[in-house]
Amino acid sequence: MQPSDDVSPTPEPQASWTPLLRARRAALKWAQKSVPGVRGVAGCGPSAQKWPGPRDFLACGQVHKRRPRILMREGGTWGRARAAAPEARYRAVGRADTPRAAGTVKWEVEQVKLLDRFSTSNKSLTGTLYLTATHLLFIDSHQKETWILHHHIASVEKLALTTSGCPLVIQCKNFRTVHFIVPRERDCHDIYNSLLQLSKQAKYEDLYAFSYNPKQNDSERLQGWQLIDLAEEYKRMGVPNSHWQLSDANRDYKICETYPRELYVPRIASKPIIVGSSKFRSKGRFPVLSYYHQDKELNAMANRAAGKGYENEDNYSNIRFQFVGIENIHVMRSSLQKLLEVNGTKGLSVNDFYSGLESSGWLRHIKAVMDAAIFLAKAITVENASVLVHCSDGWDRTSQVCSLGSLLLDSYYRTIKGFMVLIEKDWISFGHKFSERCGHLDGDPKEVSPVFTQFLECVWHLTEQFPQAFEFSEAFLLQIHEHIHSCQFGNFLGNCQKEREELKLKEKTYSLWPFLLEDQKKYLNPLYSSKSHRFTVLEPNTISFNFKFWRNMYHQFDRTLHPRQSVFNIIMNMNEQNEQLEKDIKDLESKIKQRKNKQTDGILTKELLHSVHPESPTLKTSLCFKEQTLLPVNDALRTIEGSSLADNRYSEYAEEFSKSEPAVVSLEYGVARMTC
Amino acid sequence: MEFAELIKTPRVDNVVLHRPFYPAVEGTLCLTGHHLILSSRQDNTEELWHLHSNIDAIDKRFVGSLGTIIIKCKDFRIIQLDIPGMEECLNIASSIEALSTLDSITLMYPFFYRPMFEVIEDGWHSFLPEQEFELYSSATSEWRLSYVNKEFAVCPSYPPIVTVPKSIDDEALRKVATFRHGGRFPVLSYYHKKNGMVIMRSGQPLTGTNGRRCKEDEKLINATLRAGKRGYIIDTRSLNVAQQARAKGGGFEQEAHYPQWRRIHKSIERYHILQESLIKLVEACNDQTHNMDRWLSKLEASNWLTHIKEILTAACLAAQCIDREGASVLIHGTEGTDSTLQVTSLAQIILEPRSRTIRGFEALIEREWLQAGHPFQQRCAQSAYCNTKQKWEAPVFLLFLDCVWQILRQFPCSFEFNENFLIMLFEHAYASQFGTFLGNNESERCKLKLQQKTMSLWSWVNQPGELSKFTNPLFEANNLVIWPSVAPQSLPLWEGIFLRWNRSSKYLDEAYEEMVNIIEYNKELQAKVNILRRQLAELETENGMQESP
Repeated sequence: MQPSDDVSPTPEPQASWTPLLRARRAALKWAQKSVPGVRGVAGCGPSAQKWPGPRDFLACGQVHKRRPRILMREGGTWGRARAAAPEARYRAVGRADTPRAAGTVKWEVEQVKLLDRFSTSNKSLTGTLYLTATHLLFIDSHQKETWILHHHIASVEKLALTTSGCPLVIQCKNFRTVHFIVPRERDCHDIYNSLLQLSKQAKYEDLYAFSYNPKQNDSERLQGWQLIDLAEEYKRMGVPNSHWQLSDANRDYKICETYPRELYVPRIASKPIIVGSSKFRSKGRFPVLSYYHQDKELNAMANRAAGKGYENEDNYSNIRFQFVGIENIHVMRSSLQKLLEVNGTKGLSVNDFYSGLESSGWLRHIKAVMDAAIFLAKAITVENASVLVHCSDGWDRTSQVCSLGSLLLDSYYRTIKGFMVLIEKDWISFGHKFSERCGHLDGDPKEVSPVFTQFLECVWHLTEQFPQAFEFSEAFLLQIHEHIHSCQFGNFLGNCQKEREELKLKEKTYSLWPFLLEDQKKYLNPLYSSKSHRFTVLEPNTISFNFKFWRNMYHQFDRTLHPRQSVFNIIMNMNEQNEQLEKDIKDLESKIKQRKNKQTDGILTKELLHSVHPESPTLKTSLCFKEQTLLPVNDALRTIEGSSLADNRYSEYAEEFSKSEPAVVSLEYGVARMTC
Repeated sequence: MEFAELIKTPRVDNVVLHRPFYPAVEGTLCLTGHHLILSSRQDNTEELWHLHSNIDAIDKRFVGSLGTIIIKCKDFRIIQLDIPGMEECLNIASSIEALSTLDSITLMYPFFYRPMFEVIEDGWHSFLPEQEFELYSSATSEWRLSYVNKEFAVCPSYPPIVTVPKSIDDEALRKVATFRHGGRFPVLSYYHKKNGMVIMRSGQPLTGTNGRRCKEDEKLINATLRAGKRGYIIDTRSLNVAQQARAKGGGFEQEAHYPQWRRIHKSIERYHILQESLIKLVEACNDQTHNMDRWLSKLEASNWLTHIKEILTAACLAAQCIDREGASVLIHGTEGTDSTLQVTSLAQIILEPRSRTIRGFEALIEREWLQAGHPFQQRCAQSAYCNTKQKWEAPVFLLFLDCVWQILRQFPCSFEFNENFLIMLFEHAYASQFGTFLGNNESERCKLKLQQKTMSLWSWVNQPGELSKFTNPLFEANNLVIWPSVAPQSLPLWEGIFLRWNRSSKYLDEAYEEMVNIIEYNKELQAKVNILRRQLAELETENGMQESP
C-alpha cells in the first residue's frame, strides 16, 4: 500500500459503508507500514502559483481555508472560468470513466436555487453548485459564496420532486442547514450520492487533515504541535511535588490504552497499587490527577477516574459521595436532535419555541453539567477537599465536569492559550473520543454525542455571566466547535493519544492551535480584564433563568435572526483604534518636539514638512469606522463557510422588498417581509 | 392635614429592612404622607426612601410580637420590613395600604413635590403640537392643524389640537367623530417624508349590525391617498372579534364602502389578558426554586413574549406598508387607545431615525401616548402584584417599552438612549414625583391643572446631568429604516426589567462601565490627536514662513 494513495487529494468516494473497526484496523496497518515524511500532495500546494483556472484550484483539495478570497483573485473570476468551458453546464469529471486527475471539479450544476431556510415564500438565490474533493460550493448570482466542507455534513436528504426541481436538504454539524433546489432530478441524485460518500469516510487517512496543506515546512508544523505542552502545564500547576509524582506505569499504554503516557499519581501509589486500581476501574482508567489547586496551606486536588457502578462507601471511609445527575451520551444526542428540530421549524411560535426548548431538555442538561462543576469547585475551595470525578468510562461527563471545574478555579484557563491547554489536557489527552463523538468516520451513529458542544455551551454561559473574566470571545468557542468537526487539523482526530500516535498525526497533519493563536486578535474579548478576575474563583448563578438559548451557536449561519449591529465588534475595533491613536499621539508629540527643537536651533528643513501627511491614516480610519462596524464578524476562517463581507443586511432587505403590488401582505418568520 | 389621619404610627425604631443583594439594615422607620423612610441611626443617612404610590401590594405576618411587612412594588421589587410590636406593625401596614391607594389624584405626590433642581427648560412646553407639525409642514401642504377639539367636546380623549387632511373641514370632522368609537376620528400619527405616506389612527367605525356608513369618514381617509393608490387598514383585532364588535355598535370598514383600502387583521391582546400575562411572568421570575423545565414552561405559559412578538409583528407590517409598499395606513382596534398606539409608535421607531433619539422618543411618547389619550391612570394603577382584577389595568405601555428594548437590542447603535432610559420611563409611568403620567388624557390633565401644579418629567430628564445616565455611548445616527427580527429566537426576556431584583448585575454593570470607558478613551484620544495635528501644522507654517524670505 502506497501511503501517497491514501492521502491523495481526490480520494475515490468509498461506496461501501465500512464499519469503524475495520477502518481503524486499516489505519493502524497503514500507519505501521508508512514511511514518515513521505506524503503525496500531488498537483497541489505549490502549483497554486500558476493558476490554470479556479476549477483546478478547487479540485486539488488544497482550498486554503483561511484566505479563500485572495486565492480566488489569483485564480481569476468565476465568470472567466465558465467562459473557458462554455459547454460545461453540467459536467461530471472525475467519475470512474475519467482519470482521477487532480485539477477538476467533480460536479458543476448551474441554475441551482438556494432557499432561505426560514422563508415561507420560497425566496431563493440562484447560482451554481460546485462539488470539489473537499467542499461543496455554491456561488450565487451576486458572487456570494457558500462553502460547505464535506466533513461538516451530518445528513443529506432528497425530498420529493417539485415543479421547480428536486429539493436537497443538507444539515451540517456546525448547525448550518442549506436547502437547494436542483433543476434536474438526475443531477440531484448524483450530488446526493456523491455527498453521501464524501461526507462519510471510512479511513482516517481520507480525512481532510491528511491533505490539508497550509504551506508550512516540517519544522514549522512540528513547532505548531509543540505549542501546547502538557508537561509545562503540570509544572505550572505545581506538580510533581511532595504529594504527587509522574508515573511511568502507562508509558507503553499497557495499563490504560485510553490514557496518555504521562500521568500524575499520588506518591504513595506504587505501581502495584496502580495496576490493582486499574483492574478495578472500567477500561483500566484508574484515578489520576486532573487539576492541582494551589491554595492556602492545604492543597486540594481534583482527579479523574472511571468506573462502572460506584464505590462501596464502606470501603472509602474518609470520602463523601455526591451523585450529580448528568445524563448519558444517548440522552444528550437525542436532546440536541430535538432542539435542532424545534429551532429549525419555519414560522415557529413563541410558545412552540419554549415548549420545544423545554421538552428537548437541552438547557436542563447544560445546567446539570454546570451545577456539577460548581459543586466540584466549591468542594475544593470552600471545603478544601480533594475530589474524584468519574462517570462510567470517564471520558465524557468526567471531562465536562473536570474541565469546567478547572475553568472556574483557575483564571489561566480563561485565557486563549490556557483554554487550549485545558482542552488538550482534559479532553484530548485523557481520551475523550472525539472521532466517535463527532462522527468523523462512517461509524456507529450511537457513539455520536454533543458532549464537547455542551462543554463549549457551558463556557459560553460563563462568559455571559462574567463578561470580563475571559480573554476570548464567543467567536473563539464557535471556531473551536467548527474545527472539532472539520477534520482539517489533526488535534481532534482519533479517540485517544495512543491512536493519535499510531496515526502519526504530528507528522501528517497540522495542529489547530497555532493557527488560532496567530489569529487571536479575532477571538479577543475587548472587555477582558485580567486584573479584576485574576485570582477569583468564578461562582456562577445557576438559577434556571440564567440559562438561555445560544442563538449564535445554533443559528450561526442564519444571519437574519441576529442583531444587526454587533456591540462586540464595535468595541473590538475601538480598542484597536485606540492603540493606533496612542501611537499617533506619540508620533505627533515627537514630531512637535523635534520641530520645536529645530525652531529654537534655527535649523529648518523642508524635508520634515513633507514627512507629515496632511491627512493621517488615523483620520481616515475614524471616518470609515462606522461603516466597518456594520459588517458582520470579520472572520476569514469563517468567511469561507459563507458569510461574505458584502453581506450587508440593508441591501438584502432592499432587494427583498423591491417587488410589485402585493396581493397579500403577510409577515413571516424572522423578518418582516412582503409576499406576492 | 388629611394624611395625618391615615398615619397612626409615624415612627418606629429597631425596624429591620431586607432587600435583595443588600445586607439587612436596622433603623428607624418614618412614615410621611407620600414616603416610607428608613434610616439607620449610625450615620443618619436614609437607607430607603420609598414612594407609597410605588406600592402594588403588601403582605403582613407575625411571629410572636415581631411583625413582618412584605412590600411588593410596582417596579416588581420586593422589600421586607421586620417591625417589633404587633400594634406598630398593624398601624404601619394599614397606613401604607391607605396611602398607596389614595382616591384623589390631587393628593398624589406630584402635587406636593418641590423640585430641588433649577428648571432650565419647562418640559410641559417641550413638545407642543404646533412644533411637531412644523417638522412635517416643510415637506407637505396636504395636512393642517385642527382646533376642532379645543374644548374636548368632539373627542374627550383627544388633545385640543390634531393634524388632519387639509381638504377636510372641521364640520366634517365633527360628523366623522360621531361615526368613530369615543369620537376618535382618523388623525395623522406619522408622515413618512421619504415617500409622503402616512400612518393614521382612530377608533373603530361604529357600523353596527346594519352596516352604517359615513360619507365624511370615507372622504377623510381617502383624502390621504394619492390618485390610483391603495391604502391598508390594520385592525388590531382578529376578524372574529371585529365582527363581534358590530353587535355592540362597533365594527370595521366594509370593503364595499372603502374600495381603495385593504383591511388586515393583526390580533393584539388587551386588558386583563395582558395583566394576567404580566402577573404570571413576574411570578415565574421571582421563584428562584424553579427547575429548568418548570421555568421554561412558566415563561411560556405567561405568554408575555408571544404578546411582544404579536405587537412587533403588527408594527413591522405597518412600517412595511409605508416604506416598502408605498401605501398609507390607518390603524385602529376598538377604542384606539392601546394596541393602536403600540403599533403606531413602534412603526415610527422602525421608520423614523428621530424617534430613536432621546428627544425624539420623548416627543413620541408625548404625541403617541400622552396626547393620543392612552389612559395611563387606569392602565398603570396596579402592576404585577395586584389581586383585584379590574378590567382597565394592563401593562400596555410596558409592553411597548419591552418592544423598544427588543429593537434596541438588535440595533444597539441606532438609539441615542440606553436601556436605563426605558426602565426609568416604566418606573415613572407607574409611580412618580412628576405629573407627566397622571390622568387618562389631555382633558383630564387640563382639569387637574397639571402644568401649573406639578413638574413635568421632561424638565428633570432633559437636564444634562440626568441625560448622561440615559445616553447610549454606542449611538451613531442611523438614517435607515431598521427591520427587527421577530423570530422567537431573537426575542429574549427583558432581564433588565424582569430579573432586575432577582440576581446581581454586578459583573454586567462593570462590563458596561468598561465599555463606556473604552469609548470615552477613544473620544479623548481622537481629540488629542486633532489638537496635536493642528499644533504641528501651525509649527510647520510658522517654520515655512520663517524659511521663505
